[in-house]
Amino acid sequence: MDSMRGKVAIVGAADTAVGKIPEMSPTQLCIQAANRAIADAGLSKDEIDGLVTCNSMAEPHMYHAEAMAEYLQIFPKYCVSAGAGGGTTFAVLYQAALAIEAGICETVVISMADSLRTGLSREQAMVMQSSSGHPQYETPYGSTVPGYYALIAQAYMHEFGATPEDFAEVAVVCRNHAALHPNAQMRDLITVEEVLNSRLIADPLRLLDCSLVSDGGAAVVLTSADRAKGLKHQPVYLLGAGEGHGHEHISQARSLTVSSATESGKRAFQMAGMQPIDIDLAQVYDCFTPVVLIELEDLGFCSKGEAGAFLRDGKGSIGGILPINTHGGLLSHSHPGNPGSMFALTETVYQLRADAGNRQVKGAQNALVHAQGGILSSHCTVILGLDGGASL
Amino acid sequence: MTELVAATKALPPITPESQPYWDGCSEGQLLIQRCEACGAYQFYPRLMCTSCGNESVVWVKSSGQGKVKSYTIIRRAVSQAYEPDVPYVVALIELAEGPIMMSNIISVDAEMVYIGQPVSVEFEKYSEEISVPIFRPVV
Repeated sequence: MDSMRGKVAIVGAADTAVGKIPEMSPTQLCIQAANRAIADAGLSKDEIDGLVTCNSMAEPHMYHAEAMAEYLQIFPKYCVSAGAGGGTTFAVLYQAALAIEAGICETVVISMADSLRTGLSREQAMVMQSSSGHPQYETPYGSTVPGYYALIAQAYMHEFGATPEDFAEVAVVCRNHAALHPNAQMRDLITVEEVLNSRLIADPLRLLDCSLVSDGGAAVVLTSADRAKGLKHQPVYLLGAGEGHGHEHISQARSLTVSSATESGKRAFQMAGMQPIDIDLAQVYDCFTPVVLIELEDLGFCSKGEAGAFLRDGKGSIGGILPINTHGGLLSHSHPGNPGSMFALTETVYQLRADAGNRQVKGAQNALVHAQGGILSSHCTVILGLDGGASL
Repeated sequence: MTELVAATKALPPITPESQPYWDGCSEGQLLIQRCEACGAYQFYPRLMCTSCGNESVVWVKSSGQGKVKSYTIIRRAVSQAYEPDVPYVVALIELAEGPIMMSNIISVDAEMVYIGQPVSVEFEKYSEEISVPIFRPVV
């Protein structure tokens, strides 16, 4: 593979407030995140020649990125609204990097925001809930999104002997980390027992196994490695990226318990010239707790069926060998829908810049971020690091 | 057939491609596809065989027998139309012919469903035109 390793870098990152923000529209959140990221990079908006956004559910636009460019009054050379789904968040990073590497543009803002907590009408909320299944072969059976993921969880328990306690461990680790984040939506500590006593939503998933519903947005600024060197912050280089696409609907999955993260991870590690042992921290998509266990295994951080014990041993906590979801993840920091994993990306930038306050992973050099969209369907893995030089 | 349920349950938007399948359901038959070139069975219906790519796929009647590949008990209904059914089972069924399909499992205490459980197809009438395949444990 002709490697993109070290060719582009993230030079700006910013979040809006998250949680309940009824006083701001999704457009305002998207623009605020973009403005803050541009300022963080020490740039002005007129230096931005690429823009990537994703559509808002609460305030949709026919052509969202174009509408945001117009609102900002910037006139980019590259302007894309990403499809949807958690996986595309990082896939667009990869594609924006390709556009920079190809010389189509030089400095791209990726900004995403939505207001799922306070901005959805009843009708929009219904559409969102029923939008995941196959309209003919799944939706008539009345599953919810947690229900689709519960099918995965149940199969994973059956196949590997995992327990609800293993799932609860994920929720506890994420909450512990959110408690260290001044802007996280949920900061009160929880115990495994409290997770197990929260109400059942779709067996075996309980309320605290499910991610949040939030308002909020985040943005990053991406530019060429050459341009990055003269800017305000230490560049955070894109070292590897890879995608894996297994299915769209869960009833068509090749496997319920082994995901296409096996493929996206392998591709990202190959481009970076790295192995799981080289990674200092990882942000792995946590829409529901079992997903984190499957991803940690499929990305190669532990063997199948062992991720629960991995977390119970403290290996995924800040101070452990592979801190995960250091901002609290979708489970405890925020989950404004499709933009959700943008916060995993901005958090990774703060961590690698050693700017993460009391949740700082000491000496962090290389980080992996992983997102998936659909029902464990489409996966994207990105590896970021401080050394953009040739492969290790 | 069970009695007519509230018409507001999600009705499948039928296409020319799926019409024979839904016609079969109305007549109490579960139709799947078989490839005449390689013999593979598949569900859901498609223009081509997902195993060999050949377009010579034909409709065949499934045995309607299968086993539970995975399941969940929905405690919070997706919409009002499903609320009377709570708690209800959503499951993935592996048909005897091989393909996997999503369905509901009825007529059993939801807590008694298990992975590997043998089940058999029935049809639930959603509207005058639409019946949906659902499964019942084999006793």
